[in-house]
Amino acid sequence: MSESETNKEPHITVKDLTMAYGSFVVQHDLNFEVNRSDIFIIMGGSGCGKSTLMRHMVGLKSPAKGQVLYEDVNFWEAGPEQRDLIMKNIGILYQSGALWSSMTLAENIALPLAEYTDLTPGQIREIASLKLALVGLAGFEDYYPSEISGGMCKRAGLARALALDPDILFFDEPSAGLDPISASLLDDLILELRESLGSTIVVVTHELASIFAIGNNSVFLDANKKTMTATGDPKKLLEETKDPELRKFLTRGKG
Amino acid sequence: MEAEIKNTSESCELSFDRPAGDTLLVRLKGSWTIEQKLPSDEEVGRQVEADPAIKQIAFDAGGLSGWDSGLLSFLTKIINQCSAKNISVNQEGLPEGIRKLVQLAFAVPERKGARKEALRESLLSRIGASSIAAGQSSLDTFNFIGEASVVFLKFLVGKAHYQRSDLILTIQQCGVQALPIVSLISVLVGLILAFVGAVQLMMFGAQIFVANLVGIAMVRVMGAVMVGIIMAGRTGAAFAAQIGTMQVNEEIDALQTLGISPMEFLVLPRMLALILMMPLLCVYADLMGVLGGLIVGVGMLDLNITQYLDQTRAALNLSSFFIGLFQAEVFGVLVALAGCLRGMQCGRSASSVGDAATSAVVTSIVCIILATALITVVTNVLGI
Repeated sequence: MSESETNKEPHITVKDLTMAYGSFVVQHDLNFEVNRSDIFIIMGGSGCGKSTLMRHMVGLKSPAKGQVLYEDVNFWEAGPEQRDLIMKNIGILYQSGALWSSMTLAENIALPLAEYTDLTPGQIREIASLKLALVGLAGFEDYYPSEISGGMCKRAGLARALALDPDILFFDEPSAGLDPISASLLDDLILELRESLGSTIVVVTHELASIFAIGNNSVFLDANKKTMTATGDPKKLLEETKDPELRKFLTRGKG
Repeated sequence: MEAEIKNTSESCELSFDRPAGDTLLVRLKGSWTIEQKLPSDEEVGRQVEADPAIKQIAFDAGGLSGWDSGLLSFLTKIINQCSAKNISVNQEGLPEGIRKLVQLAFAVPERKGARKEALRESLLSRIGASSIAAGQSSLDTFNFIGEASVVFLKFLVGKAHYQRSDLILTIQQCGVQALPIVSLISVLVGLILAFVGAVQLMMFGAQIFVANLVGIAMVRVMGAVMVGIIMAGRTGAAFAAQIGTMQVNEEIDALQTLGISPMEFLVLPRMLALILMMPLLCVYADLMGVLGGLIVGVGMLDLNITQYLDQTRAALNLSSFFIGLFQAEVFGVLVALAGCLRGMQCGRSASSVGDAATSAVVTSIVCIILATALITVVTNVLGI
């Protein structure tokens, strides 16, 4: 993707965000922008608060201080209706799929469609099959999550995240627990989806291969300093950074 | 030939054109999103059927203002239809994004044999299958009881591996922490028995015999049964849910691969805790039940406390007391076994944990009632 194609219009803005559990501060003073159609990587070592940052961005946890803006709407100060609207426009792939175990894959995908659209059950079923085909699970409509493998659960979780054609997709550790081939196939799928749907994609990961393969923007959370130390294209960060922590992270401790 | 189908909502349009001899040009206009009422792919099918000369379908998406899964679903259905009829589909006129998605949707062909077929089995085969399942499940139950007995014997000779802290924690959970609910239920059962009895006995002026009625009923049966049912709902369900969740999280597998028997490590302490605590809870429930009767006796029937207690003591004998304790002990074993068995049988999903807890409670209550009936008949026959 060339620079000229990139539309530098901020889609999600995080301002002065401080995240805390009670009095324990996880990260403080986070400031960054996710542009439209970016593949934005939230990276950092284990336990630095990557997933917590994602939970703040998608509206699962309220910030101790600061703002999360979607376009120009402040999520945490918006009314319930506006929040619902924003959240409907977000698809999330959770770490282990988080499929509802009492429902089949088709029913998992059908639930958001049945809740938010006026489609007939037949149409919902068609779209559910289509979404499963998109993630390479054609024919698995009537399987329960416990009957398929972990990698398939993840792909089915992605199909559910895509159910409502969201503008923004969040991925929490998409390649965790996948073999390298499945992980790279998933990366390709993320790229395909971005190119064909034009969605903004936010990926939480510490998988270096994925970071460089798909990311065009990122933020690095430092676990020791408890704040972000860099933001930008990960490939450029690798070339330019002088921060020893980030260099170590991006070179697997060899730099 | 030109045909046009306008949609009611006016915002997405489908029309057809025949530029060359064997090509059907499908024009897509407006916004094709799932919020709209989209035209059916059968419109295209009808066009194709109407003219057998059509060998190719092309698209013109010049007037397309927006699209999502709705259009994608429409296109995949057309492609499926056309491939069945040997008609080629030229996707060049479509926006690039949707072409990629169509490609993606057909990238991984359906795995053969993956689709589950809705089988309609005959009545006989269903009866057969459920009988085999019932046979298997009773075999499993006996197997479990056998393993539990072996583990218990191992414990008696001091060879069982379990954590003492685990046992003590379980004892606390199913002993002391059950006291409030046991007090409440037992006092109320005592009250109810006394009320029901008093209405009848007052007719003969024999109010004092309320003490006999409440005392014997509580000590011999009701104390044990009430404690059994409370523990089935409270502790049996908890056992099933705990062990079931461990099953879901592969914690049981982790124990087994470490060479630690889950029967010893998980089932034994729970069984021991209930075996130790049930008789004590039963004695406590007996006392609380008598207290309930006393409240009615003193408050409503004008008996005095000493008189009531004397009458109760005279009515009771040790054998009733021991029958009650014996029942409580049996119920304790039943509740622990049912809870642990259902927990160990639990499947791998969150919903199966709920099923395990439900089925543990049902199993233990059914067992408790059956055991009560059996013990009552046996003691009657033996004349105790």
